[in-house]
Amino acid sequence: MKYFLQRIGFYVFTAWAAITLNFFIPRMVPGDPVQSLIAKYKGQLSTDAMQSLYILFGLDKHKSMWAEYVDYWKQIFHGDLGLSFTFFPAPVSQVISQALPWTLLLVGVTTIISFFLGTSLGVLAGWRRGSWTDGLLPVTTFFSSVPYFWLGIIAIYLLAGPDSFFPSSGGFDSGLVPAWDQYFIPSAIQHSLLPALTILISSVSGWILSMRNMMVTVASEDYITVAHAKGLSERRVALSYAARNALLPNVSGFALSLGFIVGGTLLVEIVFSYPGLGFTLLQALGARDYPLMQGIFLIITIAVLVANLLADIAYLLLDPRTRKDG
Amino acid sequence: MTIPTSSIEQVIPGQGAMAQPSAEPAKTAKAKRQRFLFVRNGKAATGLIVFGLYVLFAIIGPWIAPYDPSGRSNDLVQGPSAAHWFGTTHLGQDIFSQILVGTRSVMYVGFLAGLIATTLSVLIGVTAGYLGGKTDDSLSALTNVILVIPAIPLMIIITSVLNNASDTLIAVVIGLTSWSWNARVLRAQTLSLRRRDFVEASRASGETTWRIIVFELMPNLTAVIASGLVGTVIYAVLSEITLAFIGITSNDGWNWGTILFWAQGQQALGQHAWWWFVPAGLAIACLGTALSLINFGIDEFVSPRLRSAGKTKLKTASGHTVRMRIGFTPVLENSAATPVMREAK
Repeated sequence: MKYFLQRIGFYVFTAWAAITLNFFIPRMVPGDPVQSLIAKYKGQLSTDAMQSLYILFGLDKHKSMWAEYVDYWKQIFHGDLGLSFTFFPAPVSQVISQALPWTLLLVGVTTIISFFLGTSLGVLAGWRRGSWTDGLLPVTTFFSSVPYFWLGIIAIYLLAGPDSFFPSSGGFDSGLVPAWDQYFIPSAIQHSLLPALTILISSVSGWILSMRNMMVTVASEDYITVAHAKGLSERRVALSYAARNALLPNVSGFALSLGFIVGGTLLVEIVFSYPGLGFTLLQALGARDYPLMQGIFLIITIAVLVANLLADIAYLLLDPRTRKDG
Repeated sequence: MTIPTSSIEQVIPGQGAMAQPSAEPAKTAKAKRQRFLFVRNGKAATGLIVFGLYVLFAIIGPWIAPYDPSGRSNDLVQGPSAAHWFGTTHLGQDIFSQILVGTRSVMYVGFLAGLIATTLSVLIGVTAGYLGGKTDDSLSALTNVILVIPAIPLMIIITSVLNNASDTLIAVVIGLTSWSWNARVLRAQTLSLRRRDFVEASRASGETTWRIIVFELMPNLTAVIASGLVGTVIYAVLSEITLAFIGITSNDGWNWGTILFWAQGQQALGQHAWWWFVPAGLAIACLGTALSLINFGIDEFVSPRLRSAGKTKLKTASGHTVRMRIGFTPVLENSAATPVMREAK
């Protein structure tokens, strides 16, 4: 339990660090971005919105840095991330809450499938070293060196098209309205297949490689030899003895590489014009919509932290040693 | 007090020569043989050769490029031909020249970012691992925080705030956000080294802390640092291309990401202009693969267990086929064309 509390403490600290970072980044913007924005949206910005912008950019000359920082926290606790310029006058929190489910489903489901698929293939490759599975390695190396988004472009080029089953962009048919009904859901699934496949292919290789290497290391441990000597079946030794122990570093690796995978998937969304956070981020970048960019960064960071916490719980269940000293 | 070379060589075989900069002639000969060993590894050699080609193109690319990469012509969106090997863009620019010229920017950012990140990771990781206590706690916390915060979105936001960032600035941003993984690995490695006899011995003999870190620990971490550097270079290249692809970096230079940015923006897919985006992607993939191969070489050099096993199926004298498992060393009776295995048990 102590371990668990330590982890929670760490995540709270990280969340604080991320929010603080988010507070300081806009202060690096040269000049007065708010003035130019106010000029751009002449008369459309309310006084409140201007005030919140000034807090966001730290351009309120009458306040100390500390007072600004406190104000910033107050805003965050009220769930107020400012107004988006791209989708003016929608608040950032509303824009994000529309995009978030798309990303969560796409990335969540694919990452979990990729982890399990990659780990199982890695067990096979590590256990059967020297067989055909070694041929898997150069292929996986190649795929892990390709940027996710490029693979997405190629996938669209090869598989999508006017007559193809796979749509090349969007999250659902343009004629449909998002709802939980029998028309929308199949369409959404159909649109997510190709992006999901792209993410799967590029992310699976990392798991294969790390699991293989762990299997190879574990397989020469004494307890594996003992298990063999006891006459246990090959399958039992491979799965219950070797794989079980090799899995632990892979689970903690899962948590750590999540940030990387999320970064890659944002780009896949951009290529497929998928209505998730990545595509929204691209629109925000084009319009220099700083509040939206920051909001997206904050939400992604918090999502990654929550996923890390879940991975920690999984680790806790898998490794009895972490439970012992609680 | 000098540390016997043998104790260092036990830690990481093959690093002995590097541990002793003032090596005697006899040791130099030994070092040559050991370096040869690294290159003899097929993966590492392939990786080094391909990588060398990239370095060469990074240097001579702008001189041998047949056209000005930004120069327009009347051949709009033409497929590969003798005049334009990789075809042309919507403005008639030669894509082959763009790739050649772009290599320099990619390699420059990759290496600068790699160096920055590696330096930081060594400073933070080794210090944390060696000093322990409060220093370790705070440095580890810092490392873990940077590790968990998703780097790509962070880079995107920082770069977009810095209007039209130059290559150098991009490299600094990438370097500053990507050191944490290596720092973590180095810390773990240092922790396992600091209680070794030779470190204890130099501590007992009153050597200063920085001297122990630089002359006793660092040589033994060479392989870890090198593989970390290679890994970060791959990561930095991918990150730079990602940033260029979404169009938030400076527009005056060429790199592979910029090519992809224009290809995406000008509907290369809709026009079936595969030559526009395929070469840039393959260039990235080959560079990444070459660097990964070098890394596999380093890994296998340090930990021979990871090498792909050779022949694992053997015929015994009695005609059975036996599959060798890891952790078992086959005892072969003669080395003739048909290897015969002594009956086990």
